[in-house]
Amino acid sequence: MEVGLNHFLILSTVLFGIGLYALVSRKNAILVLMGIELILNSCNINLIAFTRYGGLGVDGQVVTIFVIILAVAEAAIALGIILNLYNNFSTVNIDEVDSMKE
Amino acid sequence: MGFSLISLSLLVLILPMVSFLVLAFFGKKLPRNGDWFSTSLLFISLFISIYIFIAFISGGGSSLSVDWINLGSIATNFKAGIVLDNISCLMLVVVNTISSLVHLFSIKYMEGDAKYSRYFAFLGLFTFSMIGIVITNNLLLMYVFWELVGISSYLLIGFWYENKAPQEAAKKAFIVNRIGDIGFFTGIMIIFTFLGTFNFSEIFVGVELGKLSGAWLTATGILLFMGAVGKSAQFPLHVWLPDAMEGPTPVSALIHAATMVAAGVYMLARIFVMLSADALTVIAFIGAITAFIAASIAITQNDIKRVLAYSTVSQLGYMVMAHGIGAPSFAMFHLTTHAFFKACLFLGSGAVIYAMHHVQDIREMGGLRKKMPITFYAFLISTLAISGVPLTSGFLSKDSILAATMAFASENGGITYIIPIIAFGVAGLTAFYMFRLVIVTFTGEPRNIEKYEHCHEAPLVMTLPLIILSVLSIGFFYSSNPLSADGGWFMNMLKAPESLLAGTQGSINHILNGEEFKEAIHHAHYPAMFLSLCVAGLGILFAYLFYYWKKIDVEKVTNSIKPLYTFSLNKWYFDELYDKTAIAFTMLSARVLAWFDANIVDGVVNGSAFITQYTSKISGKFDNYFVDTLVNLAGGFAGFFGLIFRKVQTGKIQTYVSFVVFGIIVLYFVFRVFI
Repeated sequence: MEVGLNHFLILSTVLFGIGLYALVSRKNAILVLMGIELILNSCNINLIAFTRYGGLGVDGQVVTIFVIILAVAEAAIALGIILNLYNNFSTVNIDEVDSMKE
Repeated sequence: MGFSLISLSLLVLILPMVSFLVLAFFGKKLPRNGDWFSTSLLFISLFISIYIFIAFISGGGSSLSVDWINLGSIATNFKAGIVLDNISCLMLVVVNTISSLVHLFSIKYMEGDAKYSRYFAFLGLFTFSMIGIVITNNLLLMYVFWELVGISSYLLIGFWYENKAPQEAAKKAFIVNRIGDIGFFTGIMIIFTFLGTFNFSEIFVGVELGKLSGAWLTATGILLFMGAVGKSAQFPLHVWLPDAMEGPTPVSALIHAATMVAAGVYMLARIFVMLSADALTVIAFIGAITAFIAASIAITQNDIKRVLAYSTVSQLGYMVMAHGIGAPSFAMFHLTTHAFFKACLFLGSGAVIYAMHHVQDIREMGGLRKKMPITFYAFLISTLAISGVPLTSGFLSKDSILAATMAFASENGGITYIIPIIAFGVAGLTAFYMFRLVIVTFTGEPRNIEKYEHCHEAPLVMTLPLIILSVLSIGFFYSSNPLSADGGWFMNMLKAPESLLAGTQGSINHILNGEEFKEAIHHAHYPAMFLSLCVAGLGILFAYLFYYWKKIDVEKVTNSIKPLYTFSLNKWYFDELYDKTAIAFTMLSARVLAWFDANIVDGVVNGSAFITQYTSKISGKFDNYFVDTLVNLAGGFAGFFGLIFRKVQTGKIQTYVSFVVFGIIVLYFVFRVFI
């Protein structure tokens, strides 16, 4: 069976669904962050797949690299935030960080 | 020259006002309560007015008119101004002389009174108002000052307001004056309607041009005269003046001599030229009636001040009568001479009352001549003057009026003969009651030994005014001819302007042409003088027969004419008459109005209040149940949905993300279905 565009799209959709599930259901901030990474990577797979099978040329790869860079930067900032969170609240559980709620 | 005289006269006007203001506000703080302050201001004022008078005689009069109020168009441009002519310059001197002497006299008379400074303040206000009447050149301002005189007389008559009688007297004076003032004001309004001006000279021009004539002119004259009837205490409004005796005696002197009562006579002299023949007739008869009624009352009164009060009313009747017969200069002459001797009489009676420790009944007095020689002689000279004995000022002025009445009657004939008859009769009565007063008060045996023992001559500040005033009652000052004032400097100065309506025919008389009238007076002069001497001599003789030599028993005479005597003693029952008629009517209408007010007006008010209350109750219910329900419903609605939707707002990002995803999926299907 030839591996085609649809397989990649399905993989990417599944990955996106896992990432989204992690994003919505996890209480641990790091796990939420990991969910976001999964979503970004599913997006990357899409882009690469379209580069390979569609008519995008090199554009998809370029955007993918940008996304990776963005993800790195985002991860760095997010981890910084989480560290601060931990320093202040002694927890990374996002449900417990609610001091700004009335 | 003109301007400086005007500004000096303004100063004369303002000085008493300054005295009033300073004493009213700082009187109690000044040393001696400020009596020296007001008295000296008044003397300064007197000297200035004497200067003005002399300057007037040598240099002629002047007048000033400035814009006062502008109302809209030029037709209602009110002007205020000052006129200095013969009568106003004369009155300035008279008013200030009397007023300053009264101030001086009051220093001792009012000594120790609790409201000492207030008394002097009121005197200042009174003088100010009177000077205002004298120098103003228009009717409206005169009316303003006229009312000021009214209020200050009210304050002074009711000065001892702790007692009932002064309260009543002050109220009476004020209300009775108001009745006259209504007429005065209506007259002013008629003049303004027809002529559009208040200024005397402009009014006279308008009358000369015939813009105001006939019945309207007569009505105006009589209405203006009504003001004089009130102020100058003419019949039928004379009732306030005798009661005004309740005020301090120096005030009585001021009211009776220079201010207040003189205002009416002065006003008539001002407007004389525009009075029509019929108006003059009314004035003449009212004057004559007043003179007679007052004299007939005066002969039986026992209160020293009351006798003098009625004699004032009677003499005012003479002056008004002199106006009425067309001799305003004689009226002003008599006003002047009367001012001096009447002020002297009143201050003399004040000195007597002071010495007798506030006894006013002449039956308690007697023999005071030995105790108070200065007062006695001053009083005697003034009495001679008021009785019309030769060499006194009163002789000259009264004689002129008597001669004028004879001339008037001989020119007009018929019913006008009543006027000289009354005039001569009253002259006799005057001599009688004045000598009765002198004899009973100053001669014979003291009747109240205890009071008599404590009695003593008044101090210098009281006798000095008496001396000055009695000297001014000597005829020599007014005319070098002891038998006639005609041709003397005073009568030359007082020359009245010719009536604008000279020669017009009234219903029973006509206004006499000046020359013709003068000729008639000249003819009547010696007979009149002879007659007046006779009646005055008779009056004095009877007074001596009754009271000094006691040849005729007073008791017997009074008993034989008992009804007449009680009639006179009770002042012709005027007070009772007014009580029963005018006052009763007023009270009745007041009661009717009170009933109307209590039942009808209050009913309407209460009814409308009830309706308001009722409707407000209904609208309150509506508000509570309907509007509030709506509002609460809206509130509840919002709250309900708030409760529902707040569940959604968890504050957790993950929930929101779930909603977003859910939303996207829903939208996806929505778009699938519809697009």
